[in-house]
Amino acid sequence: MRRLRAFGAFWYDFVIGDDWRGAAVVAAAIAATAALVAAGVNAWWLLPVSALAALGWSLRRATAGKN
Amino acid sequence: MTELPLVLTVFVACAVEAVEALTIVLAAGLTREWRSTFQGMGVALVVLAAVIAIVGPALTLIPLQPLRLVVGALLAVFGLQWLRKAVLRASGYKELHDETGIYARQVAAAEAAGTSRRGWVHDWYAFTLSFKGVLLEGLEVVFIALTFGASQHSIGWAAVGATAAVVVVTVVGIAVRAPLARVPENSMKFAVGVMLTSFGVFWAAEGAGVAWPGNDAALLIIVPATLLAGLGYVTVLRRARQAAAAPVAVAVASGGHGPGPVRPEEER
Repeated sequence: MRRLRAFGAFWYDFVIGDDWRGAAVVAAAIAATAALVAAGVNAWWLLPVSALAALGWSLRRATAGKN
Repeated sequence: MTELPLVLTVFVACAVEAVEALTIVLAAGLTREWRSTFQGMGVALVVLAAVIAIVGPALTLIPLQPLRLVVGALLAVFGLQWLRKAVLRASGYKELHDETGIYARQVAAAEAAGTSRRGWVHDWYAFTLSFKGVLLEGLEVVFIALTFGASQHSIGWAAVGATAAVVVVTVVGIAVRAPLARVPENSMKFAVGVMLTSFGVFWAAEGAGVAWPGNDAALLIIVPATLLAGLGYVTVLRRARQAAAAPVAVAVASGGHGPGPVRPEEER
């Protein structure tokens, strides 16, 4: 069980890293894009805008209070 | 789409990881002993080859749209992580990756550790140090090469980029016999972060059913836009640091006490 947990922790750190919120925003944006496409809207713009906004949000959180 | 961006991205990403692995291998080999170091490196390479042999063919069996959805999402998340670290380093909020410093710390730890023999391994410390270093850095190489290659149905070209990077870094490392401290690691990581994020976003959206305006040519907009956004974040963060440092400099010059330097994030 301990090794399984360590294995999971390794992959979490490997892919997601320091800030899970960026991954959550990307996942939510992909789901929203798929939903919009299913509704007939070609929402090509949603994911790039969300990813770059997520980066900005994550950077802001990482640097807040460090000046 | 041409294979050149694929090969170049994998090459640069793999070169960065190979430089980091080289630092660890050199510290183990030069401080402890080469035989156990090479054994550790060899076993790690066998494990990586096994991962490639199992995962590589399996990825080619998955239909392209679901593959691009999953791989694109993973690459976008992974790329954003690289880009975030590179922006924080470029703007001074995180220490730059210092191969010379890392090498010195590894050497000090290797010199302090005792020697123990296990089975066919003469120096267990050198073996595990080399094994872990090569395996962990190698996994990133394998991850990038396989996901990038599979999404473009060009695992062969991705392998060419990865192999070329490892060969170049190994040859230079053998010639120099020191950590490759002059390699502009952060700029390379910034570039790779931009490429991984851009391609990840492109493929994930395509996997979600989006039809990109201009098809593959959309990447000619996405990549520069991501690059500009990254550079923009660096500029904004640098200015914020300078603006915060200015009153401190005035206070120190007039004999007051400033809040002290910004503590960078822990090195990962």
